[in-house]
Amino acid sequence: MNTLELEKMANEIRKSILTEVHCAKCGHPGGSLSAADMITYLYFEELNVDPARPDMEDRDRFVLSKGHVAPAYYAALAHRGFFPVEDLKTLRKVGSYLQGHPDMKNTPGVDMSSGSLGQGVSAAVGMAVSARLSGKDYRVYTMLGDGEIQEGQVWEAAMFAGSRKLDNLTLIVDNNGLQIDGNIADICSPYPIDKKFEAFGFHVIQIDGHDFDQIKAAFDEAKATKGMPTAIIAKTVKGKGVSFMENEAGWHGKAPNDEQYEKAMEELEKAGEALCRK
Amino acid sequence: MPEVKKIATRDGYGEALVKLGAEHEDIVVLDADLAEATKTNLFKKAFPERHIDCGIAEANMIGIAAGLAATGKVPFASTFAMFAAGRAFEQIRNSVGYPCLNVKICASHGGISVGEDGATHQCNEDFALMRAIPGMVVLNPSDAVEAAAAVQAIYDYNGPVYMRLGRLAVPVINDRADYHFELGKGVILRDGRDLTIVATGLCVDPALKAADKLAADGIHARVINIHTIKPLDEDLIVAAAKETGRVFTVEEHSVIGGLGSAVCEALSEKAPAKVTRIGVKDVFGESGPAAQLLAKYGLDGDGVYRQIKENL
Repeated sequence: MNTLELEKMANEIRKSILTEVHCAKCGHPGGSLSAADMITYLYFEELNVDPARPDMEDRDRFVLSKGHVAPAYYAALAHRGFFPVEDLKTLRKVGSYLQGHPDMKNTPGVDMSSGSLGQGVSAAVGMAVSARLSGKDYRVYTMLGDGEIQEGQVWEAAMFAGSRKLDNLTLIVDNNGLQIDGNIADICSPYPIDKKFEAFGFHVIQIDGHDFDQIKAAFDEAKATKGMPTAIIAKTVKGKGVSFMENEAGWHGKAPNDEQYEKAMEELEKAGEALCRK
Repeated sequence: MPEVKKIATRDGYGEALVKLGAEHEDIVVLDADLAEATKTNLFKKAFPERHIDCGIAEANMIGIAAGLAATGKVPFASTFAMFAAGRAFEQIRNSVGYPCLNVKICASHGGISVGEDGATHQCNEDFALMRAIPGMVVLNPSDAVEAAAAVQAIYDYNGPVYMRLGRLAVPVINDRADYHFELGKGVILRDGRDLTIVATGLCVDPALKAADKLAADGIHARVINIHTIKPLDEDLIVAAAKETGRVFTVEEHSVIGGLGSAVCEALSEKAPAKVTRIGVKDVFGESGPAAQLLAKYGLDGDGVYRQIKENL
């Protein structure tokens, strides 16, 4: 996909996120919208995966360590063809295979159950070790929240990955600057994030997480980097794409009501039309 | 009397792993800076490329094991019981149990027989914690022979397993030609119709000793070895309760949540009988030589005998 096509797809995924969370009457729109562009790039450009064969042995692996942004993950998987887009409306409903947080047992395309913060990254490290042990060249990707990196386990995993020089691992930090209780810098600052990952033996790339050219360049650079894992620190906007959700911590884990949903969808429709005119 | 051979279950584990590792390329062994104590150092020596020392980071070790299992490996992850079942409880629940991954958590240094290191390192709560996780198989072999057999059995079983191993060298009681290990099956080691002693791990040997003493008093105890605490061999225990009446459980674990609780849960629903739970009473352990601690906490042969007599 070229940049414009990716932008259009990301816009569709944003609409799906809103629809999922609105139907569920709960969920996490803020972080889903900040992560949407990178997840779009991963599933429509970067990852070697096949919706017809979700269990393909040597596929690339993706672990959504910040599992609460499952709406973005499910939207990308659905639009990529892993399951029907219509099923997104069952998110968080009794009996649905789309659980509040990713469940590898029941959801096609989900490589690891996650959601308890700090745990997915360790599983991703294990997958990277496994690939190396088996002499396979698949790559492993994991996305973390910037609040999530307050968890100590993240740094256990980072220390191990750096020490073992796991260059088949790419870690993405969705740096939207907000967590449930407010600004990450005020609550328990993880800054400087880049210096921390550097100190743990990572090649660090800093990008605008909403700019597809920068996203592409970063993933290409990560693949070309040998002898160390890569951390992509992506500056993003929580709630990106919906004016009244942007940079508002309150939209971390709250669903829009009917009126808010309508307004958000209207904005995204307009954004989509603008992209079509490009 | 011939001298009884004593071997720790961790030794049986370490040696069995090497044997199994030679047969199966997919086995990967993880440790958290305790390879010498957990005996995974034997595997490390034989297959260095498949032994991963994660350093002192148990939560991450469990996550790495989950990632290995999710990509087709069969990881055996070892550390002390305290730092596996205790410290990494939530990682085991959410990254191993919930996705039902094929991870074998083999935790050594369970119970008060850790000895001199004291209460911080004596995990008397691991059965309770691990038993509560849906789908988790919980094992506690009674000697090194059983530990070695269990390693093969849990490799053959596809799913999450927690197995407790001990630091202390304990009498080998299963070294016989017809010994057979079956996951989830209890073993009647001695028959009797007056009462039943259900024991697990290193408490099986003192249970047998207590039964000898009871026999001298004219009381004939049935002794059941429960190496698989979950799933519990309920049929065997229900039948024993119906046939012998009184039931005593013996474990090197808190009387809350372990074998005693599991037996009470089964019997209260299926064959109510009076059960006395012998184990670590709701207290922390302490420092001291293992044998002295076991005696102090009533878990040697004399202690088990005394508590049975007091409660008959």
